Amino acid sequence: MSDTKKFLFVNRKAPYGTIYAWESLEVILISAAFEQDVSLVFADDGVFQIAKGQDTTELGIKNFSPTYNALGDYDINKIYVEKESLEARGLTVDDLLKLTYEDEDDDWAEKDSIHVVSSAELAEIMDQQDVVLSF
Amino acid sequence: MSIEVNGKTLETDEEGYLANLNDWEPEVANVMAALEDTELNENHWEVINFLREYYEEYQIAPAVRVLTKAIGKKLGKEKGNSKYLYELFPYGPGKQACKYAGLPKPTGCV
Repeated sequence: MSDTKKFLFVNRKAPYGTIYAWESLEVILISAAFEQDVSLVFADDGVFQIAKGQDTTELGIKNFSPTYNALGDYDINKIYVEKESLEARGLTVDDLLKLTYEDEDDDWAEKDSIHVVSSAELAEIMDQQDVVLSF
Repeated sequence: MSIEVNGKTLETDEEGYLANLNDWEPEVANVMAALEDTELNENHWEVINFLREYYEEYQIAPAVRVLTKAIGKKLGKEKGNSKYLYELFPYGPGKQACKYAGLPKPTGCV
């Protein structure tokens, strides 16, 4: 597609309790279906959106965290997690879902999609985008 | 709206998608297909079963592009292309196959 833009989706809220996380995920999947260049950021309480072992039984809400595993199929493989946000919540990358993609240019090798970056690096990444959407 | 399957009345939305995912049984697909003058063969079923497994794992119905790629990987290259899928499901592989599989309309599908 000739008219590809760089979209960055910034996710800052906990997954349940508000509709932001799910709405963001839907928009992300739609943007990717239209073959845009999509990157994601998880910062602040947003890091909980991709935490492992979510159980929403008691909440009576659908656990949509398995859907993040489909991002690789949608060619979304630039997922940035803010280091400071993880640290402030006592989390490490091992507490997050293992999100991967298959690299077409490297014999479909499975690679990690998640990159832990500092807030300074994040600022640079944001600077390179055409569109930044905050959820 | 609703459809009749095995003597039960199942609620659907205005486009014919099942209102409740758990109402699905294989006969639902046959009844929906008959309403659109389609008879399901094993090639249709391969795609329908694939979509149900995909939904089970990821909780979404995949976009057509993703479906095409994934079908190619699982069922072979000759089936992983839009021509093959559109011949099976002329109303659109995402829309029509997801409907028969009892899933919601794919995200991003208009």
